[in-house]
Amino acid sequence: MTNSTSTGHNADDSIISIEDLSFSYDIGKTNTLRNISLKIPEGRVTSFIGPSGCGKSTLLRCLNRMNDLVETSRITGGRIEILGQDINAPDVDVIELRKHVGMLFQKYNPFPKSIYENVAYGLRVQGVRRMDILDQAVEESLRKAALWLEVKDRLDASALELSGGQQQRLCIARTIAVKPRIILMDEPCSALDPIATARIEELISELQDDFTIVIVTHNMQQAARVSDQTAFFYLGELVEYADTTTIFGNPKAKQTEDYISGRFG
Amino acid sequence: MSKSFGRNYKAVKAGNPFDSGGRGRRWRDRLGTGVFAIFTYFILACVFLIIGKITLTGAPVLFQSEAPFLNTEFFSKSPMTLHEFEDGEGNNCRLDHDRFVDFKKNNPNAVIKNEQTHSNAGGGILGPLVGTVLLVVLCMAIALFIGISTAIYLVEYAKEGRITNTLRLAIMNLAGVPSIVFGLFGFAFFCLSPIFPVFTAVPDWEKSLLAIPLWPSDGYLSFQGWGSSLLAGGATLAVMVLPIIVAACEESLKAVPEGFREASLALGATKWQCIRTAVLPYAAPGMLTASVLGITRVAGETAPIMFTAAVVTKGKLPWENSEGSGLYWLSSVLTQKVEALPYHIYSISKLQSNEALDEMRYGSVLVFLFLVIGFAMISVVLRSRYRKKLKW
Repeated sequence: MTNSTSTGHNADDSIISIEDLSFSYDIGKTNTLRNISLKIPEGRVTSFIGPSGCGKSTLLRCLNRMNDLVETSRITGGRIEILGQDINAPDVDVIELRKHVGMLFQKYNPFPKSIYENVAYGLRVQGVRRMDILDQAVEESLRKAALWLEVKDRLDASALELSGGQQQRLCIARTIAVKPRIILMDEPCSALDPIATARIEELISELQDDFTIVIVTHNMQQAARVSDQTAFFYLGELVEYADTTTIFGNPKAKQTEDYISGRFG
Repeated sequence: MSKSFGRNYKAVKAGNPFDSGGRGRRWRDRLGTGVFAIFTYFILACVFLIIGKITLTGAPVLFQSEAPFLNTEFFSKSPMTLHEFEDGEGNNCRLDHDRFVDFKKNNPNAVIKNEQTHSNAGGGILGPLVGTVLLVVLCMAIALFIGISTAIYLVEYAKEGRITNTLRLAIMNLAGVPSIVFGLFGFAFFCLSPIFPVFTAVPDWEKSLLAIPLWPSDGYLSFQGWGSSLLAGGATLAVMVLPIIVAACEESLKAVPEGFREASLALGATKWQCIRTAVLPYAAPGMLTASVLGITRVAGETAPIMFTAAVVTKGKLPWENSEGSGLYWLSSVLTQKVEALPYHIYSISKLQSNEALDEMRYGSVLVFLFLVIGFAMISVVLRSRYRKKLKW
């Protein structure tokens, strides 16, 4: 956590680099994101905070091009580079991009298949057939997601029999099974109770050894607990981006201070 | 400021203040209720008369009092001529054509007086039953294939906009086309137009647009239209049921949570992998059950198959009448005309009535009713079962 400023970090350790990005869900109408620039360092946890509708989830979904699903959406300016490659360049295969940039959703969404099949899904669609490789990947991923001990005797049971927190950890296992470099988390705990939330947060800090994590959260305490960097968004603009300790201890912008002290949002 | 309305109050009558004075208004009210009720019960009466009369009259034809309790001949023989005559002792005898031939062969000296023949009053309904089942199976296969493909395109691929709306409107309009028009369309399109190929050893050179010799077998793939056949009938019924199937499949696809698609794509699946592994398996039960219900509605149609598939009498079942092997066999089974229950009922109803024929009529109608109601029941049962099972 060295020399961080609101404009960014050393170019060396950044894995995601966003330059002057503008984005619109409906071309011709107002931009949902306006002139966002930030660099996200590798191997750290970066959180995006801000009131509802500030564009933090939209930005997250730009990073693995999930917004491609919205037909009318366009990037109206600027660029996003991941691992030095412009991800919106015409020769980028979005499938390959998503193998490297995994995503965890707000509402845990395991497939109504067995626990095993959920974790193996990503590898299966990539064409892995060998059972020994799949078995090993499933066990490893479930262990990393701190779920192995709870489910190892019932891998064939339906994923929907698990509790909410377990289902979200299963989704984490499913995501890490394809070994992405980056994991995007879109409010991963908003549908969970405090105990399940605590377990996920614990897991996030364990996972940062292996992955770069970008987490969108509504919960400022959560951002303070789990993240190294925090970016504060307001009305589609990046207001402030710095070390989490700086943002929560000594914010530069008045809006940031007002938001984290609970005066609005 | 304040204004008194007291003066406008109705004068209170002595005795019962709420007596309207006349009975007329109350009577009219009762009459209205009665009229509405009568029309409602009229519908109920129709249902009871249809189902009740058919069941009561038809059941003795299908069932019998001793084991196996089912009139097996009715289900194992095709329609045939009935011979009614008096034997030497003056007894009135009725024999199906096959029995009659045997009888004459075995008793060459038997006395046969006052012989009468009633066409289609003997035998059973095996042929029409088999024909209808085959038509329904073919219709289902064709309609599901086209319907599911269309629904996937509309829901998963096509961009929402004027074109998809026009497509949907066109499909919906198909539902409003009268069934006889479907019949004529099917005849012109599937039976006559030479874009539909058959495998045959002997192409119909007059009709054939192009016949490709299939070496090393000595047959041809001949583009000569399907003719009036099982295949043409099934395809015509399929076109007719498509609006229902497409709508049902679209609903089933839309009911699959968006989260499954997102999760699948985020794990690096291609669009088609996503649809195949994360959407279709969860939409399939809904698609199937709704489709069975749709097919129930066309299984009973007569008009679409009148020109495209049905024949009044045909001695043999489709596979008994086929030739060749492999693809040629399949092609020859699928390109022949069949008897079908609704058309059979239509044609025996036009014949001069007699006691034996009446039994055939009621028996056939009852079986037909069971068949169609059975399809509907299956779809309802399947639907309620999957509704319970599939939750996310």
